[in-house]
Amino acid sequence: MAREPRAVEPPSVLEGQDRSISRPPAIAAAGLYFAYPDGTEVLRGVDLTIEQGESVAIIGPNGAGKSTLLLHFNGVLRGQGDLRILGLPVENKNLREIRRRVGVVFQDPEDQLFLTTVGQDVAFGPANMGLERAEIAARVEEALAAVGMAGSEERTAHHLSFGQKKRIATATVLAMRPEVLVLDEPSSNLDPKARRHLVEIVRDLPVTKIVVTHDLPVVHQLCERALILADGRIVADGPVEEVLSDAALLAAYDLELPYGFNLPAPSRGYR
Amino acid sequence: MLTESRPSNSLVHRLDARAKILGLIGFTVVVVTTPGRAVWAFILYAAILLFLMGLARLPLGYVFKRALVVVPFVLMVAIFLPFFHRAGAGGYNLGGARVTGEGLLVLWNAGAKAILGVLSMIVLGSTTGFPKLLSGFEGLRAPRIFILIVGFMYRYGFVFLEELRRMQRAMVSRNYRARWLWNVPTLGRMLGALFLRSYGRGERVYVAMVSRGYEGAVPALNDSRFCLPDAAFLAVLLAVALAIRVTSSL
Repeated sequence: MAREPRAVEPPSVLEGQDRSISRPPAIAAAGLYFAYPDGTEVLRGVDLTIEQGESVAIIGPNGAGKSTLLLHFNGVLRGQGDLRILGLPVENKNLREIRRRVGVVFQDPEDQLFLTTVGQDVAFGPANMGLERAEIAARVEEALAAVGMAGSEERTAHHLSFGQKKRIATATVLAMRPEVLVLDEPSSNLDPKARRHLVEIVRDLPVTKIVVTHDLPVVHQLCERALILADGRIVADGPVEEVLSDAALLAAYDLELPYGFNLPAPSRGYR
Repeated sequence: MLTESRPSNSLVHRLDARAKILGLIGFTVVVVTTPGRAVWAFILYAAILLFLMGLARLPLGYVFKRALVVVPFVLMVAIFLPFFHRAGAGGYNLGGARVTGEGLLVLWNAGAKAILGVLSMIVLGSTTGFPKLLSGFEGLRAPRIFILIVGFMYRYGFVFLEELRRMQRAMVSRNYRARWLWNVPTLGRMLGALFLRSYGRGERVYVAMVSRGYEGAVPALNDSRFCLPDAAFLAVLLAVALAIRVTSSL
């Protein structure tokens, strides 16, 4: 993907649809606008297209609207403007399917693990999909193994470390076998080892990934493309190396690489 | 904590939660209806519970400590009851107050039943574990909404306490001490902040539920099986207790 970083440009929604009629874009938004009931405008015309199979970071300073945008991806929030998820317009009749195919891992695992045991939490999504009992059990096992927590079905969330909670929260979503995985601040509050684990787990998943964060090293490890969201709009879009190496662009939106962090040479082999 | 089950894998631990719930609650009901004068019956009940504790390998010190919750209750009975009964055979004069024999019987009756009831709940609680207990009640067709509320209480009680502890530490770090009446408003504001945080948490949890396809009904996730040993446990426990109960009122 040799895309130039660019300033705000007209939406590429139609382009995206033309290219792959059999495989609609994972996310296609045009002029997405959202204001909270108290009148605070958060999204002021977001245009973005994310193809299936991409791994994309949405970065931006605090308060840019990242979390609000993320909640649109599975129809929890509904703004004005055109938004299609995997080709499906976000409408009531499609919500069930959209939520099955788009999995969101929230920032605070305490919010995502709400049942009494880990096994019940991981089974919650598949059970809501109406799967058979044996299939649910198989998926729970598979998802827990995928995050390196096999055999912890009977444990209770408050006996787990924060890093483990985060991994279980990821498993609760993986058990639904989503096609699009949306991660909200996946690395926040994690120690270096837990963070490396999480990156390794997520990096190898064969799904479309959307990472919402301001942790730029993690963006570099997980994503190929980066979008900057600022003031409710997408203000830059390009390959991750180009966006992250543009110090002036980052500084303009209150972002910066951590002190002492240098982007590794642009070969994708280094992680 | 009331939720700590003793991690072990004894025969009693492995029984289905439903068998233990029905068995031990049934046992308690039988105990409570036994006439207080049949002292030997209570001794036999206690022997049954001791046998179960031995089977479950519960350390007696642990059981004793947890059984202390009945003490305030029994003390209340002890303070009031002896004075409100008519004089009968036996009894003592304590200063100006006369303790009647019937009063003492009431005290024994209430005390013994309270202790046996608490002991059987300790056997249930410490061999079952909270999640299993909940799914047991779910399997017994307790209302789903009730199970869900209790489950959330259990899950978020800990989160809530942790938040409270953090706020307290933050206050103490800035030299706050609740010493005088005019310090009270700060506590009120703290409770308010805690309420707002919990409210926000509730919304985020709901969003996380909706995101995983929640549509108003939580699917049943109970997968335990009621097997022969479970039925045998239930039948034997209740049969023995009932036999003692019937004999005691002959």
